[in-house]
Amino acid sequence: MKALRRLFAAGSDRELPAPTAPGSPLAEARGLGIRLGRRQVLDAVELTARAGEVVALVGPNGAGKSTLLAALAADLPAGSGEIRIDGRPAADWSPPELALRRAVLPQSAALSFPFPVEDVVRMGRAPWAGTAKEDEDDVAVASAMEATEVTRFAARPFSALSGGERARVALARVLAQRAPLLLLDEPTAALDLRHQELVLRICRERAAAGDAVVVVLHDLGLAAAYADRAVVLRDGRVAVDGPPAEVFTGELLGEVYRQPVEVFPHPRTGAPLVVPERTR
Amino acid sequence: MTATTHDTGVVKDASGGSGEDSAPGTDTPRRRGNAFVLTVALSAALLVGCLLSAGLGAYHIPLGDVLSSVQHRIGLGGHALDRVGESVLWNVRLPRVVLALLVGASLGCAGALMQGVFGNPLAEPGVIGISAGAAVGAVGSIALGLTFFGNWTITVCAFAAGLATVLLVYALSRSGGRTEVVTLILTGIAVNAFAGALIGLFIFFADNAQITQITFWQLGSLAQATWPKVLAVLPCAVLGLLVAPFYARKLDLLALGERPARHLGVDVERLRIVLVLVVALLTAAAVAVAGIITFVGLLVPHLLRMANGPGHRFLIPGSALGGALVLVAGDLAARTVADPAELPLGVLTALFGSPFFFWLLRRTRRRQGGWA
Repeated sequence: MKALRRLFAAGSDRELPAPTAPGSPLAEARGLGIRLGRRQVLDAVELTARAGEVVALVGPNGAGKSTLLAALAADLPAGSGEIRIDGRPAADWSPPELALRRAVLPQSAALSFPFPVEDVVRMGRAPWAGTAKEDEDDVAVASAMEATEVTRFAARPFSALSGGERARVALARVLAQRAPLLLLDEPTAALDLRHQELVLRICRERAAAGDAVVVVLHDLGLAAAYADRAVVLRDGRVAVDGPPAEVFTGELLGEVYRQPVEVFPHPRTGAPLVVPERTR
Repeated sequence: MTATTHDTGVVKDASGGSGEDSAPGTDTPRRRGNAFVLTVALSAALLVGCLLSAGLGAYHIPLGDVLSSVQHRIGLGGHALDRVGESVLWNVRLPRVVLALLVGASLGCAGALMQGVFGNPLAEPGVIGISAGAAVGAVGSIALGLTFFGNWTITVCAFAAGLATVLLVYALSRSGGRTEVVTLILTGIAVNAFAGALIGLFIFFADNAQITQITFWQLGSLAQATWPKVLAVLPCAVLGLLVAPFYARKLDLLALGERPARHLGVDVERLRIVLVLVVALLTAAAVAVAGIITFVGLLVPHLLRMANGPGHRFLIPGSALGGALVLVAGDLAARTVADPAELPLGVLTALFGSPFFFWLLRRTRRRQGGWA
């Protein structure tokens, strides 16, 4: 019966997300363990992303950052423990309801057909079709494209863009979705210096507007400069979780990355700078 | 709600911004207009094609007579033709035209859907072996003399075999949520070869009358069109054609990949199951009466994508219209070009479709910089 109703009701029975209070948890992992194949990728992970904060997930390759992000996105079921999104177990939400609550930027942006850039960004509005917020579509698309500086090639086909341009279009799509929880998997990987900063500034702005942002980063300097909290993963476990200025110590990072590093405060801002120890 | 604050959350950054560039949204109405013009043009061409096809042939019926006979039959004035003319028009020509419409629309629509589901512009029922699979069911039912569903037996068998084939190809050609071009085409070769072997076996065990029937049917022809044959495929074709447009938006989202589509609220598993069923329905409808007609489902959606972009809201109904047009025109050519002999329609479409497919392959390879 419920399935039948869902089949025919196009959006009318979706529960719209309630306004989020600052500091309320939008994504939680409780004792989360996930096995992929025979490998225990995550083990007893505790993580909370609250409204209004930017959380950076950092750690060496294969530490489980992307898996954790996928679990928070409800892509992967919890093997053990629990994932909660917007206060409810992830499995209890229907796909359309989840789409109103969390937006996800995948590591690589692909597209099977050469849709024009603006259409790609507009795809981010699909979850709102048939709801009262459908009226915001044009504004949401335009402001997301402006924020990521892709308005200039709105009419170009996605397939004609460079890697960095594609990454920004994908981010614009995610921003246009206007979900209160943003999960970004290496949003800066393909970007130049200017656009890396731009993306992290957008993260900060969204957090200031009351969203929770979880972002996987490789650049510890970026994480230190922009994140409220950094969660350092090591072999599927949380090594440390706290403000970057407190948890980014040479000792911890050197051990986690198996590469000696030096950490010193920026002469002007005081944010920690992380530099590998080099002989010359 | 957070909506108002979102608007202010835009990063104001003048240098790389785009104040004076064309605002987003300006090209959408143009493209919608484009789609409208294309739809009208296709419909008009289709209507003309149908009328020509009804009139032309060994027994020529003038256009005016065709119109007035049709008017007469639906009770809007006009007049009946003489006995021969009336019989040729209503028992030979029109069933054939309607069958061409149904088969063409099914093939075009099935092609557009498959390309969307596989996320691959080279997917087509003929190329990847779905048609051949459905043909195994159809040939089997002819060779074994099955009649358990009466008039619908061949269609039902083609559907069952076609469905099994789609599922098989889907399972074999996907890995990690993606379908590589090479895997897809190679899977098609394997499936086509296996289906060909099964069809060969059935022919080996069939008697002479059955072999004749199978051979004609295999060449892909609408020559034996009758109203009962139209009825045999009508439910499949109509059901498939009606359901398909409802999944257009979701297919657009699926172009982003499976996970991103799910992130945007698409129940990907259900979408896939429904569309695979629809593709099997449409392919079965086409194959059961007309044999294997290849490349229509490849050519039509591709041309429409070039004309109006890849959006499925136009592409799906447009491909049905375009497919119908191609088949009505193709059938007209097949029976008039070599008059009084008749070319098999499947041979004709393959003759024009294969070079196009070849061109498409070359272009895809160039764009991807070799096969990954």
